[in-house]
Amino acid sequence: MKKTGEKRVFKRRAVAGTSRRGGRKAGIPEGLWTKCESEACGQVIFNQQLEENLRVCPACGHHFPLGARARIAALVDEGTFEECDRGLRAVDSLGFPNYADRLGVEHGRRETPEAVVCGTGSMGGVRVSLAVMDFTFLGGSMGAATGEKIARAVARAESGGRALVIVSASGGARMHEGCFSLMQMAKISGELQRLAEARLPYISVLTHPTTGGVTASFATLGDLIIAEPGAMIGFAGPRVIRETTHQELPEGFQTAEFLLERGLIDRIVSRREMRDTIARFLGYLLGGA
Amino acid sequence: MAPRTPRSQPLDFEKPIIEIEESLARLTAQRPQDDPAVARELTALRERLRGVRQEIYARLTSWQRVQIARHPARPYALDYAALCFDEFVELRGDRAFADDRSLIGGFARLGGRRAMLIGHQKGRDTKERALRNFGMAHPEGYRKALRLMRLASKFGLPVIALVDTPGAYPGIGAEERHIAEAIAVNLREMFALEVPIVAAVIGEGGSGGALGIAVADRVLILENAYYSVISPEGCAAILWKDRSRAPDAAEALKMSPPELLRLGIVDEVIPEPEGGAHHDPAAAAALLKGALVRHLDELGGLDPGDLRRKRHEKFRRLGTFDGG
Repeated sequence: MKKTGEKRVFKRRAVAGTSRRGGRKAGIPEGLWTKCESEACGQVIFNQQLEENLRVCPACGHHFPLGARARIAALVDEGTFEECDRGLRAVDSLGFPNYADRLGVEHGRRETPEAVVCGTGSMGGVRVSLAVMDFTFLGGSMGAATGEKIARAVARAESGGRALVIVSASGGARMHEGCFSLMQMAKISGELQRLAEARLPYISVLTHPTTGGVTASFATLGDLIIAEPGAMIGFAGPRVIRETTHQELPEGFQTAEFLLERGLIDRIVSRREMRDTIARFLGYLLGGA
Repeated sequence: MAPRTPRSQPLDFEKPIIEIEESLARLTAQRPQDDPAVARELTALRERLRGVRQEIYARLTSWQRVQIARHPARPYALDYAALCFDEFVELRGDRAFADDRSLIGGFARLGGRRAMLIGHQKGRDTKERALRNFGMAHPEGYRKALRLMRLASKFGLPVIALVDTPGAYPGIGAEERHIAEAIAVNLREMFALEVPIVAAVIGEGGSGGALGIAVADRVLILENAYYSVISPEGCAAILWKDRSRAPDAAEALKMSPPELLRLGIVDEVIPEPEGGAHHDPAAAAALLKGALVRHLDELGGLDPGDLRRKRHEKFRRLGTFDGG
């Protein structure tokens, strides 16, 4: 089979997950270093240097996955973030196979018991309501608690006259909660409709990966849509598309760069420039600095 | 376009019924009707048929309902357009790229009311299935639907949406032209429509592709339709790496109408003729029409502000969680 660029993206991401879990988190000696996920790069990076660089490879600019809390720290003005709905968590509403056990494990070992962290803060002095998804919690999937937290973050922007910034990273709607998950797409879109009527800005930031029901709802409804370089963004997964269409996927299919050329995304912005870029855009939209 | 008879395409679980029906037919054809022994046998067989039918159809599993929802003879949106509505005038195109034949729309009259009818459309034979892309719409379908819904809102026509899709089309062109964005915009903009919206899932309610025309004031579902976040096959593949366990996934996903009603995902389950809508399309259409008319009448008295507020609250409530 012909090797496509899109396949390479997947492969290197898969490698990254293992090396991070096996290395840095476990604290074994290899954990001092991380090899760049980008096959073309392969640079060996000091972990401390990688963290300081917001998990962007200093050699090639490859963006490693970044947890929600580290991302928030990198986005908001220092000391301004106040978390909301921290205790809001998923329940096994359908009695879905193994879901309650899985939630138990995830809730037990995590500081953030959901696939999104929400709160308020400021960016470049502009008051924002923030929702940042975390792909490491059940693949960033959106269940009822995830949807509720995001819907409240949108409502918080509207009621508080704040700008809204949502950073997406998600495999889509969480199947374990069935149609409840699907309905979160409508719920959040309804809140976004009100925010739009209130003429408050919404900036959507797409990170690797953003797919399925999240892409098909709030992630693509931003007044501005910004993506991180190399992020995989799409509705259906590449395997499903290949199986349905029996076609080879084009080079770079469903990457941020591919979608920029096809008109979905306003700009691709490096993580290191993200805070300043968003603050600058909010300045244009709100007439501030 | 005429549906093949359901008896020519029985589902696996209908075999016991078919066997009795065949015995009945043989008996009726071969033996003289005035023989009292034969008459008794016929009566007994008819009695048994009634019992077996009831036993099977009154206790359909989720998976059996999915099979009925996908039955090739099941009435589709255009069948209902002809059977429920006094008139349907199709309007086409998204004014940007194409006309998507798998998502239709147009003016319709329903018992004297004017309405905008939109719906997913599947094909009956090989050629039409290809034309309708198996009811899987591209971005253009969702954009056309939104154009027509906005037109309806502007001129005060209520919107009726008939949902019947395995899902939005997972293809290269669909991704290149941003199918996800097309659905997302519909989700948001349907909250802004200032006319009543009634959606009815008439067959398959496949995930975002279904929801993309179903942000409605009333969400109805036919008795043997389904509405789900993922196909049972897709769910089984992820959960058990085995698509053949789709029946188990169908149970786990709580995707059948009685469960959806209990969870508050749908507002009403519309009964179907015994065995499913394809056994008697005209009767199914009459039941659907009755429900549509009733809900449109109930919503007709609300002003646009109330409609929108209630629509918002309806979806805002959905989902359970801890620690709120």
